[in-house]
Amino acid sequence: MDQLDKLENQSIFILREAYKKFDKLAMLWSMGKDSTVLIWLARKAFFGRVPFPAVHIDTTFKFPEMYAYREKYAKEWDLNLIVGTNQDAIRRGINYQNNDPVTVCHEMKTVGLQQMLAKEKWNGLIVGIRRDEDGTRAKEKFFSPRNIDFEWDYKDQPPELWNQFQSDYDKDTHVRIHPLLEWTEIDVWRYVQRENIPVVDLYFAKNGKRYRTLGCMPITKPVESDADTIEKIVEELKNTKVSERVGREQDHSQRYAMQKLRAKGYM
Amino acid sequence: MQDDPISNQKTMTSSSGLPTTHDPRLTTSLRIVFVGHVDHGKSTLVGRLLAETNSLTPQRIRNVEEICKEKGMKFEYAFLLDALEEEQDQGVTIDVSQVFFKSSKRPYSIIDAPGHKEFLKNMISGASTADVAILLIDAEEGLREQSKRHATLLSLLGVKTILIVINKMDLVDYKKEVFDAIRAEYEKHLASIKVTPHAFIPLAAYYGENLIKRSQKMSWYQGPSLLETLDSLDPPASSVDKPLRFPLQDVYKFDKQRIFAGRIESGSLSVGEELLFLPSKKTGVVKSIEKWHPPKSAGGQARQKASAGESIGIVLEDQIFVERGEVACRPDTAAQVTNSLFVHIFWMGNLHLEKGAKCILKLTTQEVECVVEAILKVINSSTLDEISKSSRSVAKNEVAELILVTKKPIVFDPFDAVTETGRFVLVHDRQVRGGGIILKAAEPMVAI
Repeated sequence: MDQLDKLENQSIFILREAYKKFDKLAMLWSMGKDSTVLIWLARKAFFGRVPFPAVHIDTTFKFPEMYAYREKYAKEWDLNLIVGTNQDAIRRGINYQNNDPVTVCHEMKTVGLQQMLAKEKWNGLIVGIRRDEDGTRAKEKFFSPRNIDFEWDYKDQPPELWNQFQSDYDKDTHVRIHPLLEWTEIDVWRYVQRENIPVVDLYFAKNGKRYRTLGCMPITKPVESDADTIEKIVEELKNTKVSERVGREQDHSQRYAMQKLRAKGYM
Repeated sequence: MQDDPISNQKTMTSSSGLPTTHDPRLTTSLRIVFVGHVDHGKSTLVGRLLAETNSLTPQRIRNVEEICKEKGMKFEYAFLLDALEEEQDQGVTIDVSQVFFKSSKRPYSIIDAPGHKEFLKNMISGASTADVAILLIDAEEGLREQSKRHATLLSLLGVKTILIVINKMDLVDYKKEVFDAIRAEYEKHLASIKVTPHAFIPLAAYYGENLIKRSQKMSWYQGPSLLETLDSLDPPASSVDKPLRFPLQDVYKFDKQRIFAGRIESGSLSVGEELLFLPSKKTGVVKSIEKWHPPKSAGGQARQKASAGESIGIVLEDQIFVERGEVACRPDTAAQVTNSLFVHIFWMGNLHLEKGAKCILKLTTQEVECVVEAILKVINSSTLDEISKSSRSVAKNEVAELILVTKKPIVFDPFDAVTETGRFVLVHDRQVRGGGIILKAAEPMVAI
């Protein structure tokens, strides 16, 4: 069993635990490589099906290629796609021209998710974050509770021993399930390559630039790269000196930005 | 997966028997946990290790440089891991961080565990997943309560490979006598809990002495550096050669057929084989092993065999009704079934665990109510002193010998025989508050 087999089997185990333990389960799908790998793993875990909704919290600021990809594969993979947008924030004129990235991310993603959760009453939410992305995500658990205000109590997290995950909480608490925590960026790409998973074209270099992560268009910048195939991306990542989320402005707009965003319920 | 010669009969019979895949050492990562007393330098060592193996981006290092400059302190390697504001302000690790690095030999994942007693459950949580534990001791301070407590807990958690690093050798002028004295004292303690460390390594993490390369300042030490030692370790032994234990995780009825889903914890199973499900004692023959492959891929061929670590589904020849929690075994190497367990536990709850307390015992996918029938012994996990023979309760951070009586029969193996089915957690008031290992059934076994 190689590294990818190990990761795949562990993620499938976690997905099946979540499916057994939460009666109102959903998966966040941003159309990025990580949450698309999650969809793929769910199809493996449940023999070709994704037996819960795939939820896109739409900030309305995504790349056109991402919307096209969403429509195509939601259909092809027979997903129960639910799209939610914080309409109230749009009416109030929240956007990247008027507001700083942390505010927009909080309003459009965290509050947008809060509204969806209040409506749909999900108690389990599968999210494709990884520990190697960021110092606060490095401290995440596989089953990570959030209270009614979406707060993450990172100072008192439940112990996780031997694949026993805590899932029994009050009804106002929801649990974030993180099947990809132990994957690294290069694992994800090797898996995309091995499984031949379609990804958004923006990841591949054009005119010397490519997107290493995909977020909102105004605050997501491409990196210098000539990697126009998955093979080249894997090679590039072996030697890179730049962190994955360097092109994501919200992370770097202020010190401890991710801690502040995540403590309030950001993914 | 379809190229794996072990799990595919066709490849196995047509090949010469030699594995066709490359050495898994090159691709599977080793999981290391760093533990030790709060100020003995774990995060510094890990930070330095990341920096020296080029696992950090220049930007990350610049960020830490800026923070340190603002705070008016010298470069703090620990900040590369302790990313929370309050961790950096107080200089302590609050919760585990998992980080990744690569040597020329293989990838590693590091769990940096908090050393403060208050965060012991976080340390336990981190250490429970490790292949190797590195226990740090400050050369100047010597052994502390936590150094001893951590070793006890590591042995209870079943971490087989333990390396001892005597850190901050720079503070004692790299003297051999200091190293020898601490080593002798610690070896004595470890022997009393039957732990044989793999190595003792003198080190100065902040200066990188003996970290990657052998130190010139400690020529009296003939052994390999820390990274050389890690690279020389064998990958963790797989449970594939143990008896089959396949706990059911769920039963899916998506189409007409019932698929029994789960992960094989140990051993292997093949199509055509008869399985015994415990505790129900029902039997069934494996008709097929189910694994999904995308429609157009070549991997759609039927699997004949699956082994430890694989999350699979099986379909049986005849319909039988078994649920999550049943454990499939082979009839001739079945697990044990009992209502009464003799166990060692560590307790993490703020409230004491009392004699007569009711908990939920979770072992693989089994969940059964249990009662603390007897507290035989309570041990202070740092001094190993027996607190009391007739104690009526177990306090936070203590280790105890108990008899647990379960309401329904539980399927298990002694921890020494099959690790995966020999350990459990205790849920009390909806929270995981204890963990433990099973020594044996306390009562005569339920006849099967």
